[in-house]
Amino acid sequence: MTPTDLERLLRELTPQVLGLVVRRCRDFAAAEDAVQEALLAAATQWPHEGLPEYPRAWLVQVASRRLTDHIRSDVARRRRESIAAMESGYVIPPAEIPDEVSVEVDNDDSLKLIYMCCHPSLSRSSAIALTLRAVGGLTTNEIARAFLVPDATMAQRISRAKQIIKDSELPFQLPSAGERHERTAAVLHVLYLIFNEGYAASAGESLQRNDLASEGMRLARLLRALMPDGAEVAGLLALMLLTDARRSARIGPHGEAIPLDKQDRTQWDRAQIEEGVALISATLPKGAVGPYQVQAAIAAVHDEAARSEDTDWQQILALYSILHRMSGNPVVRLNHAIAAAMVHGPATGLALLAQLEADGALKGHHRLDAVRGHLKEMSGDREGAITGYLAAASRTANLPERNFLLEQVARLRNK
Amino acid sequence: MKFILMMGMKTDAASASKGIMTWPKEDIQAHIGFMMSFNKQLKEAGELVSAEGLAWPNEAKLVKAGKDGRPVTDGVFPESKEFLIGFWIIDVESAERAYAVAAQASSAPGPGGAPLNMPIEVRQVMSGPPEDFA
Repeated sequence: MTPTDLERLLRELTPQVLGLVVRRCRDFAAAEDAVQEALLAAATQWPHEGLPEYPRAWLVQVASRRLTDHIRSDVARRRRESIAAMESGYVIPPAEIPDEVSVEVDNDDSLKLIYMCCHPSLSRSSAIALTLRAVGGLTTNEIARAFLVPDATMAQRISRAKQIIKDSELPFQLPSAGERHERTAAVLHVLYLIFNEGYAASAGESLQRNDLASEGMRLARLLRALMPDGAEVAGLLALMLLTDARRSARIGPHGEAIPLDKQDRTQWDRAQIEEGVALISATLPKGAVGPYQVQAAIAAVHDEAARSEDTDWQQILALYSILHRMSGNPVVRLNHAIAAAMVHGPATGLALLAQLEADGALKGHHRLDAVRGHLKEMSGDREGAITGYLAAASRTANLPERNFLLEQVARLRNK
Repeated sequence: MKFILMMGMKTDAASASKGIMTWPKEDIQAHIGFMMSFNKQLKEAGELVSAEGLAWPNEAKLVKAGKDGRPVTDGVFPESKEFLIGFWIIDVESAERAYAVAAQASSAPGPGGAPLNMPIEVRQVMSGPPEDFA
């Protein structure tokens, strides 16, 4: 077994083992620590001693033993404290020691775990970190490197998240039917953010960040296996596949973002596009259409065009109209304006932009200026285009995007 | 979202006459104690990326490469400018949170324990992913 295979196996087993241990001991924070210790023990022992016959049972056993040790030392500490307490008139009952374990896999355990890690009471950054560790099986150090923060910061973020779970006594169970939609949306959003963080990393940055995109996809696959009927889960996975397929074509040699219409489409990952297209094509007809599915459908239309000029903008415009009705998100309206410009000409797009601006929802947003620059350029207004691109460059916090915008300004000035 | 919070120091004569070097010992200690616990709090919140204090500008140099590529140094002239004396890089959920952290740093105690309310420049570090549009 290669180190990569071993790591993959351990990470696959993480949510199963943790889910099982949490179900038995009901203390998520303690179980999570114990499972991390068991994973570490496996990573050091298995390469020398060989793979145990039942790796999952081995991990559960070791984690449970660690947990029992911790509880014992806790009991001993409490006993010392309770002697003092009894002397002062209080009696504290001893903590229970969990039974011996049996290790049947229950998919619901993994699902409960994901819902817990993505609970709306956690901040998004805490939920992301906790999901990567407890569900994804990444170490704190790996997560810290991926987010370019020190280990201690990430460790603290994770331990605070666990403390919030403990303090709010979140039950280890599937959300009720009434909550299910909202709680699933929170889970999907966390996975989307993990993916996006990695996908957005520029070429110059560490590969660790690109790995977050792969990790986001891996977790989406896991979720899909656990919720095969979840149409939005399938939609999110398809969106990730279809977006990530363009990864290697989207950043130029000088670290500048390359927009869709300028990308070298031969660099796109065909196999991933086929998988994504098949998935979204199978999901859409089922009827429970949500925003991730529509975004995946838009990505599929782009990916299916062999050349930029072959893009079916009519269909993209129709899809953005649907998405717009679903979410009313101003960035969706912005993309809708671009699609409208591609179908009906830049004047239509600019008119939509003016309405959007009048509503004030995107005031000061760099993308509004970038789109204005683009549409002005389409309409032949060079000065207006330069003004738009420059305003956007001065506002964006994304370096490859700023480089791209500055290149547009330079290109137009040299015309 | 990562932000850098920059703390400056004015070195003109009027500002220098009120600078930390003129404070009584207990005020200096209170100020340092505040900064230490402030950093600790950011670390425990899982928000601190790094925090550094810089040496005062007396020995600072402006460096340029000469024609042969070797460094040509010039002194900096600390009498007229505002200098960076320390910074924090934090990773927080929103710009509002970064402003709140900056306001807390700004309120570090000065002479007599009164808050300094010094200006802290807050700038976003360019590592942000494109906004989520879902």
